[in-house]
Amino acid sequence: MDPLMPPPVRRIALDREPHIAPPATSPNGAGSGAVVPSEAHRRLTRPDPATVRERMRIESVWLAYGENWVVRDVTLPVRKGEVLALIGASGSGKTTLLRSLNRLTEITAGAARAGRITLEGEEIHELEVNDLRRRVSMVFQQPNPFPMSIYDNVAYALAEQRPPRGRRRRRTAELEQAAQEALRRAGLYDEIAADLDRSALKLSGGQQQRLCIARALAAEPEVLLLDEPCSALDPISTATIEELIVRLRESVAIVIVTHNLQQAFRVADHVAFMHLGELIEYGPSEQVFDRPSQQRTRDYISGAFG
Amino acid sequence: MEAGGLVPAPARPIIVRPRRQSSASWPLIDRIGYWLCWATGIALCLIALAIVVFMFVKGIAYLRPALFVKSPAPSLQQSQSGGFLDPIVGTLIITAIGTVIAAPAGVALAVWISEYGRPVSLARAVESAIDVIAGVPSVVLAIFGLLVFSESFLGFLSQNAVNGSVYGRSFFAAGIVMAILALPLIVGSTREALAQVPDRVREASYALGKSRASTIRWVLLPSIRPQIASGIALGMGRIVGDTAIITILLGVTLTTEGVGSVPLIGTLRGTGSTLTSYVYNNSPAGEGNAPQKAYAAAFVLLMVVLALNALVTRLTGGRERGGRLSALRRALASRRPEWTR
Ligand SMILES: Nc1ncnc2c1ncn2[C@@H]1O[C@H](COP(=O)(O)OP(=O)(O)OP(=O)(O)O)[C@@H](O)[C@H]1O
Ligand SMILES: [Mg+2]
Repeated sequence: MDPLMPPPVRRIALDREPHIAPPATSPNGAGSGAVVPSEAHRRLTRPDPATVRERMRIESVWLAYGENWVVRDVTLPVRKGEVLALIGASGSGKTTLLRSLNRLTEITAGAARAGRITLEGEEIHELEVNDLRRRVSMVFQQPNPFPMSIYDNVAYALAEQRPPRGRRRRRTAELEQAAQEALRRAGLYDEIAADLDRSALKLSGGQQQRLCIARALAAEPEVLLLDEPCSALDPISTATIEELIVRLRESVAIVIVTHNLQQAFRVADHVAFMHLGELIEYGPSEQVFDRPSQQRTRDYISGAFG
Repeated sequence: MEAGGLVPAPARPIIVRPRRQSSASWPLIDRIGYWLCWATGIALCLIALAIVVFMFVKGIAYLRPALFVKSPAPSLQQSQSGGFLDPIVGTLIITAIGTVIAAPAGVALAVWISEYGRPVSLARAVESAIDVIAGVPSVVLAIFGLLVFSESFLGFLSQNAVNGSVYGRSFFAAGIVMAILALPLIVGSTREALAQVPDRVREASYALGKSRASTIRWVLLPSIRPQIASGIALGMGRIVGDTAIITILLGVTLTTEGVGSVPLIGTLRGTGSTLTSYVYNNSPAGEGNAPQKAYAAAFVLLMVVLALNALVTRLTGGRERGGRLSALRRALASRRPEWTR
């Protein structure tokens, strides 16, 4: 079978057993593969437990739009060195929870929160909001590059507030270096090295999304939030981004929302299953996919609903 | 799709077009309405064409290069009454003053209303105020301006008589009131453009830890540059074409008359004329009564306004089909985000 096209999820549920490797047998295996690894390969690259460290903590968090509580009493750790996937049916509050982690929910009028969210032990509400958002960066479902050149997109993210390069000012070598590094980390640099000054809007959807990831990575965030980053992309772009996610988890704590269970299975180390605002199940991805403890998780994973 | 040559194009493709619906089957009243729409449209085209052709024929006939470089002179002899250099310069000065004030103020107002708008009651009040200003006839603005600029504390903007009374008529006075005239147009097109920028673009910037101010400055404003430019061009068109404010607030002297000895400021505090007032004065209704000069100047005025309108159309991409893109349009388009194309 074509390694790019993994079998449908129900097949995985049946056939998966042989592929499963015990966790943490191959530390630091990630990041080496240039080609898209096979299903089995991905399962081998589990993070080294020694590098895993808690970055954020979500404690008994409730979130509401007006009177409508859409996230109810969720407690989750967000760790560096591993990927956390949020799965669940539409409307179960995944996006809301994700956006609350860098206080983007505050933009929505009437949004409210109860409970504690901490970043490195500090309540995020006590941090300066723009500072928090530089440390906890987000990539959205729709690629949304700014109407500037590719380079400026990254440089804008790098700079404290303004793009460092006015139309006439020269790029500093330092900035150029940092921007290239970010593009390289997002696996985009080699493709577009020749036309950094082209409009970012002329890139393909997959390239745009990787640019958005590069932009989000540029300021060296501690946590990267991804809201269905591949839902608008083709399988090859998706594979590239998944590869990227697995590679990035060593340095950044990653939370990804996805409707694609195969994707969650491929990239996530821990999985949280939400339903109607509640956290139904949370655990290592093998456990949630193979031995879910809750009936609702079992139903969801086997495609009985959602 | 040619490159690979995978599938040859059909030799005789059948092109499916929607069949034109015949109005024969419509009820009579619908048919009458339909033809009335047609008739009005054609009538309008004819009127527009008549204006342009008439002005073109008349204008070209009397237009001489010398008219552009000679100052007007008081003479009943057509050959002695000079050209319209001063009115052209006057139009330029007035447009410059009005634009320099209205463009930043208009963009700032629009950004404040659309992006901040707090407190809501104040934003509503400002919106209504702009609507009111947009609806005030320019002659009313002019009379009001004369009242204001004749106040002694604004004496530095115009000529003062020996007894201390303030004349209240000057390039400054007219230009400032012209800015008020152009403001609603600039606010309108900027607000409309901001409303078209999807919220996800703003969120993307906030998600990078950018403040609202730097999002506006570095993301929103650059992406709506063409619409801002077209709003400004619309405003300039309005300024260039207005007559009431000029007749009342510019003093309408034949030539540009400076005040005092400071070169530029003196001119701006002084009086003068513009193309519109020149046309009025030289028309059979005015004192000069030199219709040939009036036609020539009117032709120049019409060309300026049409050029500004064409610029607006270009900038907003209203007419995509055909025609080479101007360098300006291309420069702006390269920075235009997809949602404005
Ligand atoms: N801006 C908003 N104002 C009011 N209610 C909202 C808003 N955004 C989301 N909601 C409500 O919050 C609930 C959770 O929405 P959310 O977007 O978090 O779900 P989701 O799990 O991300 O769904 P999906 O998988 O479809 O993206 C839904 O019932 C939705 O109607
Ligand atoms: Mg969502």
